[in-house]
Amino acid sequence: MIPVISVVTGALFALGLALSGMTQPAKVLGFLDLFGSWDPTLMFVMGGAIMVHAPIYWLVVRKRPKPAFAQAFSLPVRRDVDKRLLGGAVLFGLGWGVAGFCPGPALVSVSTLTPTVLVFVGAMVAGMVLFHEIERARGDARHRAEHGAAAGRPTA
Amino acid sequence: MPSTYLWALLGGALIGASASILLLYTGKVAGISGILGGTLPRGAVGREPWRPWFLVGLLGGGALLVALRPEAFAAGPARPLAAVALAGLLVGVGTRLGNGCTSGHGVCGMSRMSPRSIISTMTFIGAGVASVVVGRMLWGLS
Repeated sequence: MIPVISVVTGALFALGLALSGMTQPAKVLGFLDLFGSWDPTLMFVMGGAIMVHAPIYWLVVRKRPKPAFAQAFSLPVRRDVDKRLLGGAVLFGLGWGVAGFCPGPALVSVSTLTPTVLVFVGAMVAGMVLFHEIERARGDARHRAEHGAAAGRPTA
Repeated sequence: MPSTYLWALLGGALIGASASILLLYTGKVAGISGILGGTLPRGAVGREPWRPWFLVGLLGGGALLVALRPEAFAAGPARPLAAVALAGLLVGVGTRLGNGCTSGHGVCGMSRMSPRSIISTMTFIGAGVASVVVGRMLWGLS
């Protein structure tokens, strides 16, 4: 069931993004153009999403011991704000404001095959992979420092 | 209310519904950067096939929509491809470093009143606003 639900919700998500106007970068940049000609559309999109998701979370999800087809909810537990969260948000926002793309709309738009979308998605994937490699290398370095160079790769 | 805002609310409601269904039935958070990142090499611990399946729906749904409603994908203002590439890198690194984006933090996290997500959302929107201002000042970007 999980694959079916995942495909269906992915498609529904794509439909929501397209209907809402968020696959038009001009509308997204219009929202970020706070000091220019401001377009509040994105605010309505996020508002509409939260108006549906928040009640379901608080009134339904929170009352359930587990999801329908899995052992447990995979919800984040951290509540602290750290440098990684802030730094990541700054980098993300800076990139978002260049062309008006964030991950969801970019992926949904891939089949337009425009150079802009393809370059953006390619670079985004590259950025993610690069980040994973840097994290892994730092993890390895830390492990070697703690256990000595012969210890090799961490098992975790 | 102008129809564009009604469509925005409706589209947003569908996004919220999608996230709710995913959470209720699979227990997973509909955060696109986490779903994509978790599918890429060394992006997550262990195999979790729900992520690539979600991407199949997202990309497949997108393909269908591009074919049926191309006007929903109208291109934005022109940007040099080098800038677009930099933008993609920043978004890729930033969303992984910050553990989320507009869907994960903005919709799901804020719905749960997560302090991390509220702060993250305010920060990335602020950075987005700054990016537009800087773009206009430095390069006269429209």
